[in-house]
Amino acid sequence: MPADLVSCAWAILLSPLAAAALILLAGVHRPKLSAAAAIAGLLTGFLCAVRLFLHAHGRHDALLFESSVSWIALPGLTIPFGVLIDPLSLLMALIVTGVGSLIFIYAAGYMAEDAAVSRFYGLLSLFAFSMLTIVLATNWIQLFIGWELVGFSSYMLIGHWYAKPSAAEAGKKAFMVNRVADFGFMLGILALWAASSPTVSQRSFHFLTLERQLSSAIQAGLIPAGTLTLIGLLLFCGPLGKSAQFPLHVWLPDAMEGPTPVSALIHAATMVAAGVYLLCRAFWLFSGLPEVMTVIMWVGGATAFLSACLALVENDLKRILAYSTLSQLGYMVMAVGLGGRAEGMYHLGTHAFFKALLFLSAGSVMHATHELDIWKLGGLARSMRWTSACFLVGALALAGFPGLSGFFSKDEILVLARGHHLGIYVLATLTAGLTAFYTARVWFVAFTGSSRLSTRHGAGGGHHGVQESPPIMLVPLFVLAALSVAGGYLGIPRFLGASHAEFHWDVAATSVAAALTGLTLAWLIYKRQAVSAQQVVQALALPYSFLQRRYWIDEMYGWYVATVQQKLIAGLCAWVERVVIIGAAVNGTAWLTRGAGLLLRRCQTGRVQTYVFVFLIGVAGLLTIALTR
Amino acid sequence: MPIPLSGLILAAPALGALALMVVPNRRHAFVRRIAVATTSVSLAGAIGAMVTYHRASGGYQHELAVPWIRSLGIGLHLGMDGISVVLVLLHALCAFTGVLISYAIKERVKEYYLFYLLLITGVFGVFLSLDLFFFYFFYEMAVIPMYPLIGIWGSDVKERGIVRFSKEYAAMKLTIYLTLGAVVALTGLLWLYAASGARTFDLVTLQQRFAGTPLDPSLQRAIFPLLAVGFGVIAPMWPLHSWSPIGHAAAPSAVSMLHAGVLMKLGSYAIIRLAVTLLPEGAAVWLPWLASLCVMNIIYGGFVAMAQKDLKLIIGYSSSSHMGYVLLGVACLTPLALDGAVMLMFAHGLMTALAFALIGHVYDQTHTRWLPDLGGLAHQIPFIAGCSVAAAMASSGLPGFANFVAELLVFLGGWDRYPVQIACGVFGVVITAVYMLRVVRGTFFGESKRQFSHARDAATPFARLPYVVLILALFVTGSWPKPMLSLIDASVRPLIERVAPGRGRPAGEPITVLISTPVSVEVR
Amino acid sequence: MVTPTHYLVVSALLFCIGLAGILTRRNVLMILLCIELMFNAANLAFIAYADAWGNLGGQMAVFFIIVVAAAEVTVGLAIAILLSRQLRTLNADEVSLLKW
Repeated sequence: MPADLVSCAWAILLSPLAAAALILLAGVHRPKLSAAAAIAGLLTGFLCAVRLFLHAHGRHDALLFESSVSWIALPGLTIPFGVLIDPLSLLMALIVTGVGSLIFIYAAGYMAEDAAVSRFYGLLSLFAFSMLTIVLATNWIQLFIGWELVGFSSYMLIGHWYAKPSAAEAGKKAFMVNRVADFGFMLGILALWAASSPTVSQRSFHFLTLERQLSSAIQAGLIPAGTLTLIGLLLFCGPLGKSAQFPLHVWLPDAMEGPTPVSALIHAATMVAAGVYLLCRAFWLFSGLPEVMTVIMWVGGATAFLSACLALVENDLKRILAYSTLSQLGYMVMAVGLGGRAEGMYHLGTHAFFKALLFLSAGSVMHATHELDIWKLGGLARSMRWTSACFLVGALALAGFPGLSGFFSKDEILVLARGHHLGIYVLATLTAGLTAFYTARVWFVAFTGSSRLSTRHGAGGGHHGVQESPPIMLVPLFVLAALSVAGGYLGIPRFLGASHAEFHWDVAATSVAAALTGLTLAWLIYKRQAVSAQQVVQALALPYSFLQRRYWIDEMYGWYVATVQQKLIAGLCAWVERVVIIGAAVNGTAWLTRGAGLLLRRCQTGRVQTYVFVFLIGVAGLLTIALTR
Repeated sequence: MPIPLSGLILAAPALGALALMVVPNRRHAFVRRIAVATTSVSLAGAIGAMVTYHRASGGYQHELAVPWIRSLGIGLHLGMDGISVVLVLLHALCAFTGVLISYAIKERVKEYYLFYLLLITGVFGVFLSLDLFFFYFFYEMAVIPMYPLIGIWGSDVKERGIVRFSKEYAAMKLTIYLTLGAVVALTGLLWLYAASGARTFDLVTLQQRFAGTPLDPSLQRAIFPLLAVGFGVIAPMWPLHSWSPIGHAAAPSAVSMLHAGVLMKLGSYAIIRLAVTLLPEGAAVWLPWLASLCVMNIIYGGFVAMAQKDLKLIIGYSSSSHMGYVLLGVACLTPLALDGAVMLMFAHGLMTALAFALIGHVYDQTHTRWLPDLGGLAHQIPFIAGCSVAAAMASSGLPGFANFVAELLVFLGGWDRYPVQIACGVFGVVITAVYMLRVVRGTFFGESKRQFSHARDAATPFARLPYVVLILALFVTGSWPKPMLSLIDASVRPLIERVAPGRGRPAGEPITVLISTPVSVEVR
Repeated sequence: MVTPTHYLVVSALLFCIGLAGILTRRNVLMILLCIELMFNAANLAFIAYADAWGNLGGQMAVFFIIVVAAAEVTVGLAIAILLSRQLRTLNADEVSLLKW
């Protein structure tokens, strides 16, 4: 392959890193420079990715090459660090750099008045580098490195406004939940690495080499099926945390404490999709493990459905979008679990477009109103026309409106589900209905009707105080809106080498019917107010409270962390330390020594004659022994 | 004849200590300058050794031998192999930054630096000695100055304002504990000396002798626990660790830096250098037990750290937890795991020195180390806060810092031997994240507190220097680990090959290329 | 005829007198004197054996003891003087500064 393509591939990875380094070294107190460096860095990456894409596009021998330097090279262990370019990684790199660039540009407007723009952009660039490290990884360790680094940048960016206790706690929670998941993931990588040992002299972390080695070992029956299943489950722990699947989803809604561009980029479009990307990357392994695939499928399906339910009762605009993200991630994971690698990636791509669009629109709303409670908004469609139009496009795409990108990708997953498992198909279609319902709810409550903003924001009565966002924020919205509309016609699955699934009218009709039902219900309740929302809540009091408390999962974790882990386990260990080890063993020895000294010093009477007498008895005794022997 | 680097590194702080004896008491600036100068010389020497160590030939280099008592076979024999070079570099970095951090000391400055330089000399001596007698001599020399350093310049460990452990208690406990351990180890060393029949304390000679005529296995099995437990006390091996967190907490920050950063490594270093090298049969029998104790170190130490509220105690217990990884790497006795263990000694030493320096700054500015009382300090001291995030992340094994590489190597190297223990070790990383994030959250994040509004950041380049040096060292070795790993591996592999034949045999060529250019392949 | 046995009996008697003195007297000076008695008992025994076996080693030992005893008395008397100065007593029982 030509050398300039290799340089391009490296430039995708390294230009954001260079931007981050520049910001750290020179831009700490220069917000403009920082923003410019970060945007330039990621745009360079995007252009390089486009260059590679143009080269690969339309060729039968899809571009596939890698270039790496050795990072650790010890006898018996080589870990390279490099870039692997194949359709999968190239597609993901395009999404990350493309959507990322738009969000970076948007953030220049959104964060303009922030006090720590440099830190923000530095971390954002670091995030872009880390994410691309995952995407372009040639081996498991490099992937893990990126995996941890995105976790770190996510932690720092969620806690960007660290003065707010809730933001600081949310960042910590996100890091911790991911750490717990990574515990399993790391064990999975270790076990995977070790599993190849009976057949090969030199173990490898390299994706392609390991695939070859393990496949031959599996075919030769050298690896027990149980071991492989265990490895698969352990590896799945990684996506479980990073892609926030049930029951480790709890960190994602809280992560909305971060600035909105962060939510859009990290917690909607890219980082959370890394889990799905990993499943696709190691698809050869998972697809050979039916038990693991079943687990993945059901975890994804459950996440899709359960979080869509949570979105129904949420009132915070960003949190609704977060639950929706969870739900859509569930779709993607489910698709991979159903054996649909291309379908999962397809949905990942379209979701990146429309969810980034939704978040950025929400950010635009927040920028103008400083309000996120949908019940306190309202009437935005009049005061913020462009933002509202963009939000509507995103919402329709999310709801699966025919012809928009979300419709196509979701449809492919539904087709896959129907061919595979009826239960999961029903669940997925139900979720599609719920999605339409909560999306419509947001639209009707927050964007239509009259403004409910307090006078603080809407000075002069009504919505005259609410200003449309500046162009630097609107232009990225327009681009994303265009992508959300056109995403279905870009031929993503074909690029991944999948034959385009046939269009099934029945599946499409069912899903559209489900979506329309949800939409109509929302219209009836929130727009026409044929039934008041209050009445619905009262009629469904029990499930409503169940959803309001988010299935009590947060409480359960809270109880575990505060009571079991902190009070019980850590408290017990600290008690053992204080009482048994320091108190009894160490200080006990000291007291014993002291006590022995107290006893023995009684022999020292201080009377010379006593000493002489005892001495005499000793001499006599020794003499007797010496003489009688 | 030029003085070998090993002699230079050792002599600089020793001469500095001698010079301090004749410097007038009042001239604080001059005293500090002497300390900075001598430790800089050692640091330069250590970096020089790291660069010039000839990796392909391996073995002990930069040797210096001065016979002393010929009839007993005692002589000053200095030298470095890859393992010692790394640890000498670690110590030189900690000593240099520690001297800079010690600028905060205002009382009895001359005496303080005198003891500090003695401590530094002692630790250098241990890492450089190739003679059992002087090994022990320097070991004691490193332990004894801790007593006045903690007893005079330390601070009491308080709980809600009530003294829980006085600094005298901490100093006394540390000294008695470490001396006791040293005596147990000395018994082992003397037994070894007598049993070898070589009438020499010289490590290299003993190694060669044992290579020809190994010691009786039952004897090895008997001596090994003496050395392992004796030196394990300072490592610190569970459950003989309780001197260490309290000692850290009571010591002044620069002493904690050396104590946690380097002193604890003396134990694991001695176990590698003496116990495992000289007594392979003993190692084969006892190391599995050690591996299980390490798990207690990691998990138990981690949970105890989680329950603490004094910042220094948290880091103190985390140190004893993290040293569990080092000992685990030693116990696995595979090339990768031992590489990882040595690298982790380096990484953990720098990280924990950084943490104690940072806590020292926080304590100086706020006069409290009690976590619930702190909060929101990132507003007042952003630089320190940023460094603390780096330290916390290094500690919880974030890629990019040396700790990640080291822990990864321990896990990879140990997985085949002790999967259960390694799995527990991986879990320990989760525990670390819990308390480290809590420290960062509780100290620096949250709303700004009025009582800390006067807190001052490390603002001048000079004040920032020690932190930058430590973070940079962690970052460079963690992002580009090859130079250090090739150095360690050059010495670890022959060691393993000698101790456990067959296990150290390389499955590939040793690494000599430190900077590699990208290799591109078309995969089809 | 005076045989070595006679000397030894005298020596043993002297030794016992000294010992009894040490155990019973409380005055530091008296104790020192009694110690001297015991030294001389030992000297007598040495000389008796030296004479009986014609060995000069015994006489050497006597001279050695005399020298040591002289040194010992010097130190002892010095202690006694200090005691009388500092504590105003020479009673051994009252001197218990090092006692617990």
